[in-house]
Amino acid sequence: MSLQPFINEAISPWMKEEGPDNDIVMSTRIRLARNFEQYPFPIIAKEQELAPVVSLMKNNYHEQSFDKYQDLQFIGMEELRPVEKRVLVEKHLISPQLAEKAKNSGVLISENEQVSVMINEEDHIRMQLYFPGLQLENALTQAFLFDDWLEEKIDYAFEETRGYLTSCPTNVGTGMRASVMMHLPALTLTQKMSKMIPAINQLGLVVRGIYGEGSEAVGNIVQISNQVTLGRSELDIIEDLQSVVEKLIEQERHARLLLVEQSELRLEDRVFRSYGILKYSRILESKEAATCLSDLRLGIDVGYINNISKTILNELMILTQPGFLQQNAKETLTASERDIRRASIIRERLNSEN
Amino acid sequence: MKCEECQERPATLHLTKVVNENKTEIHVCERCAKEKGYISHDEYAYSIHDLLSGLFNFDSSFSKEHKHSQEENGALICPKCGMTYHQFTQLGKFGCSSCYYTFADNLNPIFRRVHSGNTTHDGKIPKRRGTDLKQKRLIQGYKEELQQLIQTEAFEEAAKMRDKIKDLEKKQWDTEEYKDGGDE
Ligand SMILES: [Zn+2]
Ligand SMILES: [Zn+2]
Repeated sequence: MSLQPFINEAISPWMKEEGPDNDIVMSTRIRLARNFEQYPFPIIAKEQELAPVVSLMKNNYHEQSFDKYQDLQFIGMEELRPVEKRVLVEKHLISPQLAEKAKNSGVLISENEQVSVMINEEDHIRMQLYFPGLQLENALTQAFLFDDWLEEKIDYAFEETRGYLTSCPTNVGTGMRASVMMHLPALTLTQKMSKMIPAINQLGLVVRGIYGEGSEAVGNIVQISNQVTLGRSELDIIEDLQSVVEKLIEQERHARLLLVEQSELRLEDRVFRSYGILKYSRILESKEAATCLSDLRLGIDVGYINNISKTILNELMILTQPGFLQQNAKETLTASERDIRRASIIRERLNSEN
Repeated sequence: MKCEECQERPATLHLTKVVNENKTEIHVCERCAKEKGYISHDEYAYSIHDLLSGLFNFDSSFSKEHKHSQEENGALICPKCGMTYHQFTQLGKFGCSSCYYTFADNLNPIFRRVHSGNTTHDGKIPKRRGTDLKQKRLIQGYKEELQQLIQTEAFEEAAKMRDKIKDLEKKQWDTEEYKDGGDE
């Protein structure tokens, strides 16, 4: 069945490539929202108006390829079990909103999982393209080409003064949300991050934490994305984003150097304590796991630890989410069962590294 | 930094709200942001509902006349999807592409709030369907340049620019004529 590769592996094929600045930037994403001109938007559309959108997408793009995005697979939401939906959410291949839907909605995913096209979520079409490391300009170019390819067979809802028409007024115009996911442990540890946020907001960009099971930011990972979609070109938007991200990279690298120099043994101690917890504990809550994984990744980046691959943070962050744990266990788990399972998966994974 | 709403959890969301061109910063935790409607499930944008209801209240505090026109707007109904203006303000979502035309007169203040004062698209144009539009934008750009040239009294260059525009307009006219012919 076409679904299996997407839910069995925690790490998407594209994540294994080394991206630019990947000591700090985990991934770059471009999302474009598009709608069919002739049908009402999903929020109000009737079943007989949603069905043609799905069948048109399925008929034209299932098992089709464009450039590096080979063999798109259509997966209908109604075919999926709840745990499978959850895994796709944890891998960011679908949104939580799409997962709540069933009939007349679905997703097209490319073999390398770099492209996913959500169908009948809030808009008829939401395509998202992922890239390892910092690659905003390349991502935008690729997204535009992919968008043109889709447009060959779809009459998009577009109007000269308002641009691409979307269901929510917050997406109108470009329909674009560009985001960069960054690991910023040193800026967070030294509490410099919060001071930089107002300046970032001034440029119409939003800083957001990444969340685990609870509602708190975990693992020193932040996502920075544009808020404004109308009145500015896509290129202008990503240029602002790029300049902010570059500044943050510079500051983070500087803060890491200072930390290594000034903390004497304290940082190294912290890193190895976290490594110890990950390697030997029997019960691990998601928040503790995320904190320790962040420390471990920092330890790898600054050179304290050499025998573990860099992608471990990305991989274990996803692998230890509730959906994946249950997919792996082949059964529903309570919160405390998950904590036990999480600890054992991390132990196994770290032991396989050396 | 602690969350401004609950004063309990750390503020992990830092948003800028633009009201009457004044920017206010909000520092809140994820849970409060969701409760207050600043963010939806996977988006980082404000809940448009919040902004719209704010706008609504703001408008109705005006004169009675204004209130009257507000009621009329509430009765506006999209001929294609059947969504009323009132429904739109409640849901914060458009029902179809035609809603944009139906509610056109009321949209600029909303867009200005959400998009830092912007109301007009300045980005990508669909490749297949937008060829005419691209031509139109090109001509518009040249016309602006022409005005500049005239103002700076660069008449020789202005004449060249004028010819360029004429050529383009002629070409556009020709293709339109050809297309009309083809449809018949
Ligand atoms: Zn709060
Ligand atoms: Zn409508």
